[in-house]
Amino acid sequence: MVQDEDVREFLIESNENLANLDRQLVELEERPEDATLIADVFRTVHTIKGTSGFFGFDKLGAITHVAENILSQLRERQRELTPATASLILESVDAVKVILANIEATGGEGDNGYFDLRQRLEAAYRGEAAAGQIPPEAAGPVPVVVKAEVAPAEQKAIEPKPTEGKLKGEESGAAASNLADSTIRVDVQLLDKLMNLVGELVLARNQLIQDTSSENSHLSGTSQRLNLITSELQEGVMKMRMQPIGVVWNKLPRVVRDLAAECGKKIQIEMDGAETELDKTIIEAIKDPLTHIVRNSCDHGIEQPELRIERGKSPAGRILLRAYHEGGHVNIEISDDGGGIDAERVKAKARDKGLLRSEQLAQLSEREATQLIFLPGFSTAEKVTNISGRGVGMDVVKTNIEKIGGTVDVFNNPSAGMTVRIKIPLTLAIIPGLVVAVEGSVTETGDISRRQRFVIPQANLLELVRIEGEEKLTQIQDVHGTAVYQHRGRLLPLAYLNRVLGLTKSTEARDVLNIVVLQVEDRQLGLVVDHISDTQEIVVKPLGKELKGLNCYVGATIMGDGRVALILDVAGVARLAGIGPRSGEGAKGDSEQAEVVQSLMQRLLLFSAGRFRRLAAPLALVSRLEEFPASRVERASGRPVLHYRGQILPLVHLASALNGSEIDTCGEEGSILVVVFSNGSRSVGLVVDRILDIVEGAITVTRPSTTAGLLGSAVVADTLTDFIDLNALVRLAGDDWIDAAAKPRAKASTVLLVEPSLVVREMLRSYLEMAGYRISESASLQDAAGKLLRGGIDAVVTALDLQPGNGWELLETIRGNERLRGLPVIGLAGGAGHRSPSHSEGLSFERIQSAADREGLRQAIGDLICNADGELMPAGAK
Amino acid sequence: MTRQYATVYVGGLFLGIEVAKVQEVMRHQEMTDVPLAPAAITGLINLRGQIVIAVDTQRSLGLTRDAASRPSCNIIIRSEGGGVSLLVDDIGDVLDVPVEAFAPVPENMPVERKDLIEGVYNLHDRLLLVLDTKRLLQRACG
Repeated sequence: MVQDEDVREFLIESNENLANLDRQLVELEERPEDATLIADVFRTVHTIKGTSGFFGFDKLGAITHVAENILSQLRERQRELTPATASLILESVDAVKVILANIEATGGEGDNGYFDLRQRLEAAYRGEAAAGQIPPEAAGPVPVVVKAEVAPAEQKAIEPKPTEGKLKGEESGAAASNLADSTIRVDVQLLDKLMNLVGELVLARNQLIQDTSSENSHLSGTSQRLNLITSELQEGVMKMRMQPIGVVWNKLPRVVRDLAAECGKKIQIEMDGAETELDKTIIEAIKDPLTHIVRNSCDHGIEQPELRIERGKSPAGRILLRAYHEGGHVNIEISDDGGGIDAERVKAKARDKGLLRSEQLAQLSEREATQLIFLPGFSTAEKVTNISGRGVGMDVVKTNIEKIGGTVDVFNNPSAGMTVRIKIPLTLAIIPGLVVAVEGSVTETGDISRRQRFVIPQANLLELVRIEGEEKLTQIQDVHGTAVYQHRGRLLPLAYLNRVLGLTKSTEARDVLNIVVLQVEDRQLGLVVDHISDTQEIVVKPLGKELKGLNCYVGATIMGDGRVALILDVAGVARLAGIGPRSGEGAKGDSEQAEVVQSLMQRLLLFSAGRFRRLAAPLALVSRLEEFPASRVERASGRPVLHYRGQILPLVHLASALNGSEIDTCGEEGSILVVVFSNGSRSVGLVVDRILDIVEGAITVTRPSTTAGLLGSAVVADTLTDFIDLNALVRLAGDDWIDAAAKPRAKASTVLLVEPSLVVREMLRSYLEMAGYRISESASLQDAAGKLLRGGIDAVVTALDLQPGNGWELLETIRGNERLRGLPVIGLAGGAGHRSPSHSEGLSFERIQSAADREGLRQAIGDLICNADGELMPAGAK
Repeated sequence: MTRQYATVYVGGLFLGIEVAKVQEVMRHQEMTDVPLAPAAITGLINLRGQIVIAVDTQRSLGLTRDAASRPSCNIIIRSEGGGVSLLVDDIGDVLDVPVEAFAPVPENMPVERKDLIEGVYNLHDRLLLVLDTKRLLQRACG
């Protein structure tokens, strides 16, 4: 490390100047006549040259000397700035940077004398390369002027130092006076220290305010003044650390220029919002990721000019950088109009690298495939070029951004380009926040109840609502498990903070509800808390890395009484409450009553038939996907059938069936696509037009359908999809083909299926019927009880959440009844997670199955009924 | 040759932590709970303006604790984030132990604990278990 104070000064100053130089030179190529630019560039090089002489850095001096001469020629218009010349100067700048780095590290200039570079610079200067010099014959009177001026220029260069010294004095004097007027350089460490001190001051001020709020009016007056001063001081200090993002963007034009030249592409870069300010630490953190993303665009995104023309684009590719403040965040977007991400190539790469298996890949939607680029170990470059670098991938970019609390997302437009958007929260040290509290138990056994304080950043806060008594009943509704509040004509989903944080399990209602209305990205949510306190300025302290995994907190702070309070991450809380940006609410208009239904994770087969562009069926019911030549379709009893695997497969032409028209012949041309549904011994084939996709997704039905053959419609993978009603369709195909039982039995067993959700019930029903059971359905506790008492039921499968009531109550009813006591009852848990089959009161189900595990359910029913062997099993004997 | 260890009592065990790792030692501090945090993280403490997490050492060692009892002492371990507090039942003296008394971890130690102990010192009246604080923290924060 260099000790000499002066040399350090020199290095700092030179580096600062060089930072701008790259960008300026690239700009100069675009606007070669810009006199101010040339003057700036010249001055920078000139200063370095002069000062390097002062310190005896000869190598540095030699290079900058000739470079300066060339720049001087440019300035005097004796020369044109050609790409070759620009490249040469850029090369010198690089050499200067290397030497400066050496000086910083070792005190010496390093071993490289850069003789080759210097020779080429000399040659260019003397016009021997003939690239930049205006040819004497071509321009007429001008050459005379040129020649005349060349002489004095040479003279200047040969003359010894005194003249230069004078020049330096003048120029740098001028430069110095400009800078000295408006700015001053400060050590970043000192700034950090100031920031901390101001933070502590704010805390002390908070405490003081709390202590003096009541009594001594004189003291309170003084503390008010202190309050104001502290606020302004805090604002000022925070501003000190902010830098415009242009500081980072400066380097990029050069990077793009070099890459474009290397790849033989034409690329322009545009910047919008370079003045957007960010805290210095954030700027440091995003420097590398930004560069990498831009490099990616140049290297992989933007196509070769010929290919672009073929695709109807302009031959020059365009990269647009945008930065802007939005709602407590800074958004940085990097867009290019290149080829975008090829989902297929990405998937193939992921498979080759062993990151995912083929089955998993097949189920990915386009959007999910794009996200694969964030997987560690992923890189689509066939050859690892110097450009994008080895070992640096989008996963590293993502990690770095997430380290500072930001998010990265990619929006892909195949063939048209892509956009990377980085969102960074402005969690600078001090923000205003609302203090709230919830009552909740602290220990696992719930014996100690305490009031816990949390802070909600004001940036997310919309308003505060208090509801009491009567209003509660009318304004708050429970829509299938989600509480909603009618607020200003919209439905506001509610989340109870104490429940979200796991502090209480009780659902007891209170008389008064305090609702904090929050904005979470593009949605609103109402957070129910027990107490609302005041708004305070709080100092945000980051939580240690040990707690980084908890995404419901943004940090912590120290309150006026010295105790710690956690600051809620509103988006994280919303997610925990199940109210994410894409919530279960699927209705188009918020003012309508949305029919929110439980969601169920399902693997679905998506296909189209006729005018129904997007249909879905649970993959679990599908046996095979086949393609047959249309000529193979035959007729039996007037219905279309196929000889298939030794069976006769009845066909249903889906498009016609859904249209309500007669089952059509499937057309004579070409081939037909058949989705075969099977129960093991009997099958039915649905004729469809196209298979679209296989997705895994939650189903949220918005409305049941009036079309025969359809269960309803829901939003699957962001698009509205219709769900087929297999039972109805099969009935349309002719006789009830679902009467073959999986096991030979004297009579088919009847299972009572109790499930409030239409969609879930229908699906389970289809599945179980195909397994050979007769199904009796019930949507509610009352109805189920009634059916049970009428008899004829061999087993019961019930959802735990029956709305109103629950499966335990049904179980109680069953066990409490003489006749029914021995019925096997299976409880259905929606979603993952084990529940104990036993209740605290000593009741127990025979089994608890997950509603998503249909195979397991079928097995369980089979076991329980079989074990009975015609007799009912006593409860709890298993 | 001797080594210095700060000693603590946790759930009947006598543990030692390299003195260089210890920042300070404190009696009971007011703590704030962190809902949804891993069970071994008991809460957050205000350490002169720094927010420090408190880890239940007994739990992290795989020992169960009577829910009513609360460890009452904090031993603050240095870490990159500014420090972590280990909650212990009591603080012992700083001991100089002879290097020869060192022995590797006994085979019959329960496996959850074995990973967290670097070794033992055979002192004439008892056994000092050397705590691997780094692993302990990893285990606690899971």
